[in-house]
Amino acid sequence: MSDIVISVKNLTKQFGNFVAVDNISFDVQRGEIFGFLGANGAGKTTAMRMLCGLSYPTSGSGTVAGYDVMRNGEQIKRHIGYMSQRFSLYNDLTVLENMRLFASIYGLSKKHTEERATELLNQLNFMSERNTLVGSLPLGWKQKLSFVIATIHHPDVIFLDEPTGGVDPITRRQFWELIYKAAENGTTIFVTTHYMDEAEYCSRVSIMVDGKICALDTPTRLKEQYSANSMDEVFRTLARGAKRGG
Amino acid sequence: MKGNFGSFVKKESLHILRDKRTMLVVMLIPVVLMLLFGFAISTEVNNINVAVVASNRTDGVKDAVEQISQNEYFTFCGYISPDQIDSKLRSSEVGAVVVFAADYDRRVEQASKGIPSKPLIQLIVDASNVNTAGSATAYLQNILLKSDAQQAMFETRMLFNPQLKSAYNFVPGIMGLIFILVCAMMTSVSIVREKEVGTMEVLLVSPVRPVKIIFAKMIPYFTISCIVLVMILLLARYLLGVPMSGGIWGIFSLSLLYLVLSLSLGLLISTIAQTQIAALLMSAMVLMMPILMLSGLLFPIENLPSFFQVLSNIIPARWYIDAMRKMMIQGDAITAVWHNCAILLGMTIALLGISLKKFNDKLE
Repeated sequence: MSDIVISVKNLTKQFGNFVAVDNISFDVQRGEIFGFLGANGAGKTTAMRMLCGLSYPTSGSGTVAGYDVMRNGEQIKRHIGYMSQRFSLYNDLTVLENMRLFASIYGLSKKHTEERATELLNQLNFMSERNTLVGSLPLGWKQKLSFVIATIHHPDVIFLDEPTGGVDPITRRQFWELIYKAAENGTTIFVTTHYMDEAEYCSRVSIMVDGKICALDTPTRLKEQYSANSMDEVFRTLARGAKRGG
Repeated sequence: MKGNFGSFVKKESLHILRDKRTMLVVMLIPVVLMLLFGFAISTEVNNINVAVVASNRTDGVKDAVEQISQNEYFTFCGYISPDQIDSKLRSSEVGAVVVFAADYDRRVEQASKGIPSKPLIQLIVDASNVNTAGSATAYLQNILLKSDAQQAMFETRMLFNPQLKSAYNFVPGIMGLIFILVCAMMTSVSIVREKEVGTMEVLLVSPVRPVKIIFAKMIPYFTISCIVLVMILLLARYLLGVPMSGGIWGIFSLSLLYLVLSLSLGLLISTIAQTQIAALLMSAMVLMMPILMLSGLLFPIENLPSFFQVLSNIIPARWYIDAMRKMMIQGDAITAVWHNCAILLGMTIALLGISLKKFNDKLE
């Protein structure tokens, strides 16, 4: 019995004559790590914004965590976590202050906030850094902190927009361990990335070209289908046909 | 979700408190400006060297010279001959020359009897600095006319600001400027910073309503501005001796209205600007320049070309500064400047409405 967390049918977003997202459909199961790939300008960000309740689709339908993207944008926001490629915590607040701020944004009670903060700090082995200003942490630590803070309210889905940009390979590895752990606990991960080795870590991968999804399957089966050795080759084969430049 | 407004206000306050340098600048600028305008940059006439030309040093002339040399604003530097006038002024040895007619005493006497007579005294003033020249002339006239005989001819009196102390005039102007600086510039930069850094994106994906984020941002800046306001008023009253006879509550409440107006301007800028630099430039160019030039802060509005006079009507600072002058210096009550208040209130409502609407549109 599968439990579908994100379901999208014929989702389209048009800006004037430009069709940024062209009739895409897919489902994502609970606890899945769903890789959302595509060259720059393929329409990933636009699609993701619609799923986060930040913009309305021109046509089509979809639900995220059980809420309609057309009507319940505000409800969706309560049930998702979001982390962008740009570091988005407050550098001039301490680790703990950032945690408390985001806990309060998602309406956690005081008691619950302190519990979650302790839990997350332990998960990262960050207890000793809890009163350090976030700005003075190394980038890799910041990204990990960003991720756990995005999970502070136990969201159903976490949207990660190129979360590992500019991070060294070792930290990227640790970062993906955090992702796996969250997925094991039943959180669905929706991740965009430009690193094809990371695409290999995903349960399923979709590849967008010119606003359309032109491949969607597990990394293993995609490699078979395109008789490629790596996801990198699969991506190149598909992206070669793109008309919109990135 | 109710509790999170408080945590946003706390967050904004922490941003401000941890940015010690900015904090210091915000607190110091008003003080420095007040001291600068109050003491250093002044159009007051001080220590002007005055030479006198008089072919007959009669009692009447000696009397007048005595008056000049006793005045604290002028230094009497002796009698000179008529052909020295040009060279003395050119070399800036003296700033003004007073020429007494040869038959000064006789003419004074005639004048006192009501017989029309030719000019008694000629003032030759170095007008390369227009402001100084203007004030020097006014002062000298004031002094010389005090000698009894001329008193009957005409009388000039400087009202409200008898010593023409320029600090008086600058205080309302500085207030008009400072609050735009603190409120508009700092709020716009702080909102745009969140856009630039990317934290705004995360806040927008969260369930917090954008209006809440904005109001939470305004509160700490409003608080700081209130502190600055109190500081300025104290300095003005006790250091510069501005009378503020119009009632402190009127002055205070109109200033609070002006603060809200400045905050709305900041919000409007933040919806247009994409980078902190752009926000800073916009605040400087779009807000500061007109305030300096067109609000009556530096140049009287009546002296502007008519096009700019009309333009100055849309500048909030003009109405604020004008009302403040009336309340702080002339001693008008707030009821006497009600139309300034009404205009400012109207502008505030309009600006707040437009910027909130623009802010919400932007999100879509």
